[in-house]
Amino acid sequence: MSEDPGASSQRYRLPSLSDRGALVRLAVIGASVLAIAVCFAFVGGWLSPGRLGEARFVDRFEQVNGGAHPGFRRNHAKGVCIAGSFESNGQGVRLSKAAVFAPGRVPVTGRFSLAGGQPHVADGPTAVLAMALRLRPPSGQEWRTAMIDIPVFLVRNGEGLYEQLLATQPDPKTGQPDPAKMAAFTAAHPEFLPAIQLVKSTPSPSGFANATFNGLNAFRFVNASGAVTPVRWSMAASDPFTPQTPEQGKNPDKNYLFDDFIARVARGPVQWHLLLTVGQPSDPTSDPTLPWPAERERVDVGTLTINHVETEAPGNCRDINFDPLVLPAGIEPSDDPILSARSATYSQSFTRREGEKKTPSAVQVPVGKGS
Amino acid sequence: MIMAPHRPFPVFSRILHWTMAVLVLAMLFIGIGMVSSVSAYHQLVAIHKPLGILVLVLVAIRLVNRLVNPPPPLPEGMPAWQRVAALGSHVLLYVLMFAVPIVGWAMLSAARYPVVLYGALQLPPIMPQSPELFAVLRETHTVLALLLFATFLAHLGAALMHALIFRDDVFPSMTFWGLRERAATASGGRADGAAAPALAKSE
Repeated sequence: MSEDPGASSQRYRLPSLSDRGALVRLAVIGASVLAIAVCFAFVGGWLSPGRLGEARFVDRFEQVNGGAHPGFRRNHAKGVCIAGSFESNGQGVRLSKAAVFAPGRVPVTGRFSLAGGQPHVADGPTAVLAMALRLRPPSGQEWRTAMIDIPVFLVRNGEGLYEQLLATQPDPKTGQPDPAKMAAFTAAHPEFLPAIQLVKSTPSPSGFANATFNGLNAFRFVNASGAVTPVRWSMAASDPFTPQTPEQGKNPDKNYLFDDFIARVARGPVQWHLLLTVGQPSDPTSDPTLPWPAERERVDVGTLTINHVETEAPGNCRDINFDPLVLPAGIEPSDDPILSARSATYSQSFTRREGEKKTPSAVQVPVGKGS
Repeated sequence: MIMAPHRPFPVFSRILHWTMAVLVLAMLFIGIGMVSSVSAYHQLVAIHKPLGILVLVLVAIRLVNRLVNPPPPLPEGMPAWQRVAALGSHVLLYVLMFAVPIVGWAMLSAARYPVVLYGALQLPPIMPQSPELFAVLRETHTVLALLLFATFLAHLGAALMHALIFRDDVFPSMTFWGLRERAATASGGRADGAAAPALAKSE
């Protein structure tokens, strides 16, 4: 059984150049390892610089907002934290088994914000208002949602939003978007013009308290027996709607929308009704630019009460990513590609800002005014 | 006793090895793919989280199994530097197979993302909420995953060197066919009767 130790250690040397067979096998090994590394690089996007990944997407947000504003969200940068509760009336149970729809009260935290990536932008009559919520039933089946006060989304996929950001950016000379860029954009994304018409024909609310916020994207609601229903949702204000007026925009207070809300909460809790719009099989779920027919059934599933507002600070809404795909069992994403694009870019924005030094937010709730 | 092992890895160890090889490689590709495509992001991340926890469970089982069922010794003729490289890369693989999923779970915890495995099944946070901690852990997760991929490539290259160049018992000891045949030959007398002349010829 003994063997020449010299022959054995020979075994663990590289083959000599004269050994063609061994050299071929060595090449096969090198090629195998290289092939896997190249596949990895391809999947990682290093070989396709044109692919739209979350980093490139968020770079675009920074580009159109005058660079990165460290510590702030790359979109919906200006905001304030809110808190309260959601009282479910049980009507949602037939559509979804999510714990949040069982009758009872669920604690809620959230955030009001303006669309756009500038944390110190002045409030104005054309601002798009947003409500983000985090509903946390005791069972731990958390639901996060981020809604805005326009009736439809403006593009139907991530590429569309990526191009919209640059195309609609005002030219510094004219203050208007470059017409040539707009024309090229609307030709490539024909869904944009009808959607923006619909948005412009919908009056803006005079404040957060009387705004109705729409989830825009469709979701799949799954009930206890496994039945799936396409659903879109809205938070409809209980305060009577009053339209935003151009005079409001002349308010010297740059935070008048937020400060009005802080004053409103100081007078008493503000409420919204969560309305689920029940889709039919013919309703588009993959395209958030298309409204569903107005006659679709709407189910009022409960009341949101906001009774507290506070400045963004460590550990509150400032450090939460209101990723619209943090969903409880019973609510699932639809085939709408905007959902995945939102989830990815929110994640990238969150990762960037959480590692950055923080500076105070524009909206400061006076001590004792948050209720 | 030069061709030492003659003994394959225990069957359970081989099953664990190949199962985890597929899972870990899939996880690395899913991970790098999900951050590079906004359209595929959600579907991939929904697989990435539960699969990462599965890897963590399996590597824990594997470590216990390794202590209970030790691997066969390396061939005696292997030079010292190759033994050190083999030991070091295996230690690194084990450390990373634990560290990458644990750091992933910890970073989600620090950011207060729910760690949903499937439906209503989710894991508790293992870190306090902290933006600073999240930022560090998120970066660490990527760096460790890339290191794991590099270590995997080295492991694959070394395994193929044993299989195609050194032609010893190391590679067959992890397959489901190699060493059993050799063991049958060995019962006739010389364990490595076939390999030795081939080696002599190649020199």
